[in-house]
Amino acid sequence: MGAARKRTASGDALANLPFAFRQYDAATLRDVLRKMYLIRRFEEGAEDSYTRGLIHGTMHLSIGQEASAMGICMPLQPADQITSTHRGHGHCIAKGADVKRMFAEFFGKTTGYCKGRGGSMHIADVAGGNLGANGIVGGGIPIAVGAALSAKKMKTGKVVVSFFGDGANNEGAFHEALNMASVWKLPVIFVCENNGYGMSTSTERSTAVKNIADRAVAYSMPGVIVDGNNFSEVAEASHAAVERARAGEGPTLIESKTYRYRGHSKSDRNRYRTKEEIDDWMTNRDPILAFETELKEFGIIDDAGIEAIREDVKREIEEGIEFAKVSPSPDVRDVAQFVYTEEPA
Amino acid sequence: MDATPRELSYAQAIQEAMALAMEADERVFLMGEDIGVYGGAFQVTGDLVERFGADRVMDTPISELGGAGVAVGAAMTGMRPIFEFQFSDFATLAMEQIVNQAAKMRYMLGGEVSVPVVMRFPAGSGTGAAAQHSQSLEAWLGHVPGLKVIQPATPHDAKGMLLAAIEDPDPVMIFEHKLLYKMKGPVPEGHYTVPIGKAEVRREGRDVTVVATSIMVHKALDAAETLAGEGIDVEVIDLKTVRPLDRQTIIESVRKTSRLVSVHESVKTLGIGAEISATIAESDAFDYLDAPIVRLGGAETPIPYNPELEKAVVPQVPDIVAAIRDLVSGRR
Repeated sequence: MGAARKRTASGDALANLPFAFRQYDAATLRDVLRKMYLIRRFEEGAEDSYTRGLIHGTMHLSIGQEASAMGICMPLQPADQITSTHRGHGHCIAKGADVKRMFAEFFGKTTGYCKGRGGSMHIADVAGGNLGANGIVGGGIPIAVGAALSAKKMKTGKVVVSFFGDGANNEGAFHEALNMASVWKLPVIFVCENNGYGMSTSTERSTAVKNIADRAVAYSMPGVIVDGNNFSEVAEASHAAVERARAGEGPTLIESKTYRYRGHSKSDRNRYRTKEEIDDWMTNRDPILAFETELKEFGIIDDAGIEAIREDVKREIEEGIEFAKVSPSPDVRDVAQFVYTEEPA
Repeated sequence: MDATPRELSYAQAIQEAMALAMEADERVFLMGEDIGVYGGAFQVTGDLVERFGADRVMDTPISELGGAGVAVGAAMTGMRPIFEFQFSDFATLAMEQIVNQAAKMRYMLGGEVSVPVVMRFPAGSGTGAAAQHSQSLEAWLGHVPGLKVIQPATPHDAKGMLLAAIEDPDPVMIFEHKLLYKMKGPVPEGHYTVPIGKAEVRREGRDVTVVATSIMVHKALDAAETLAGEGIDVEVIDLKTVRPLDRQTIIESVRKTSRLVSVHESVKTLGIGAEISATIAESDAFDYLDAPIVRLGGAETPIPYNPELEKAVVPQVPDIVAAIRDLVSGRR
């Protein structure tokens, strides 16, 4: 967009812009918006397919947390790695996964990322650097530290991001992993997406510190709090943490304060929070709406451009669901495949 | 022309396997509590830190869960970690990473990753360490698809099976009985492997098959020696691997002997002996049985401190002798 270019011509105006608008060109910023829409529509599509009985099991939706996933993944290279959580669809897409293969996994098909063995809760894209969502709260945190240890030992220059929720900050694995990462100065970034509730229990009721980032002090690493619904703020913190990690200076704990619109999982009756609270976040603090407003304000996109993105995403989601529907199911006779690398005789 | 074969202790054999693997493959490294300058609680890593440095013989904080998880993550991303638990009992602190992560990662991710981690567990009673430092938890882990669980009984097998474990693309749990660490035996120089999943007939016999694990292999061989004097010919099978179980070797032996005794130190109820017994009950060897199957195993108690009590809760040579004698004489 011309407007963005004009702004870059003026140094003073540039300095006053939010980080993301200084860091990324207009096309990149428009693509960020597209991916945030892709995450949301993917989850809406998954939810709708679940309601129609096309997907079984359960799922944990991150609708409302899109800016957090996108902002954190912005400075990552394709070879960098993440570990994710049960609420991990957004992380997977933000890291670069194809929604076709994600839908196929949710539908339990052989074309899915996990060939129908994992489903929503274990969605992964190993080739794309996503080492997998994890069904155990805090389970992925030590694994991320292990991946960072590999990066350091093999001198690959990779950094590893471990996503987890506020609930995980009270697991022992969190504390053990942060301590080891700090002692060994490993290239890992701990990202706590604090959406206010571990299932139904609020952080006020579960966590002794006011901010989860305060825990960083105990492990001698920077603890950074960001508005998780503000893409630019998240991206800025992630850039700093990635830079620190790549420089061999060790880990960072980022607390990204956000909110999930949907319940914990499909069994949630939403009895632990008020409708007013949910409405307030949806109406006044929606991360996509906020980013869209900024983009328009800076002349990077107009209404027609936004509409075009929405249409394009809608098409991609429809194609993804169709791909999943027509993909083959695994053969029951292959159920033991992948238990071992070489099956015992 | 044969020189006396070189003898090493079981602990030295394990150390030699780790040293060979680290020399041959840069991806192999050791993690564990006090395995560096201290040399490990049982001196298994010994002076390896001097040879390979603290980056490859890594002391961890006392964080079994986190440490096991780091090993799993490193294994998933190209390294070949060997994680030493100071005592097998501490597996309980890390079951999440062992059972939910290491064992299932390849499956959950549709074969997109391997988890070539080795976890070493000093196990068993007999050291006066009481209930929390003496357990035999191999059946726990043997119950988990995705893991391999081995119990070498000799220095030769400790080295060869550990080398096989390190080269295995999947997670291998190795249970090392602490009373075996000082036992000496012939150990070939250089690299060799002993296959995981293959039992071995240690002593051939006609009258009864004894399937034993780990230290019980030696007790069973002692019992067989005693019984030979009474004209009872005992076949002793060293199971070596709990998962995957070598059912065929057991079935073939029982077809021949028509009698089966199993003996292990881990608790008897819902244990490895039950699986061995069921293997025969479900096979055509069942038709060959001349007597009920006998299982010997750990008592239904924690391991006690008092040395007499401690001995009483795990099978000893006289218990094995008596069980076999009763079985063969038809008193059972």
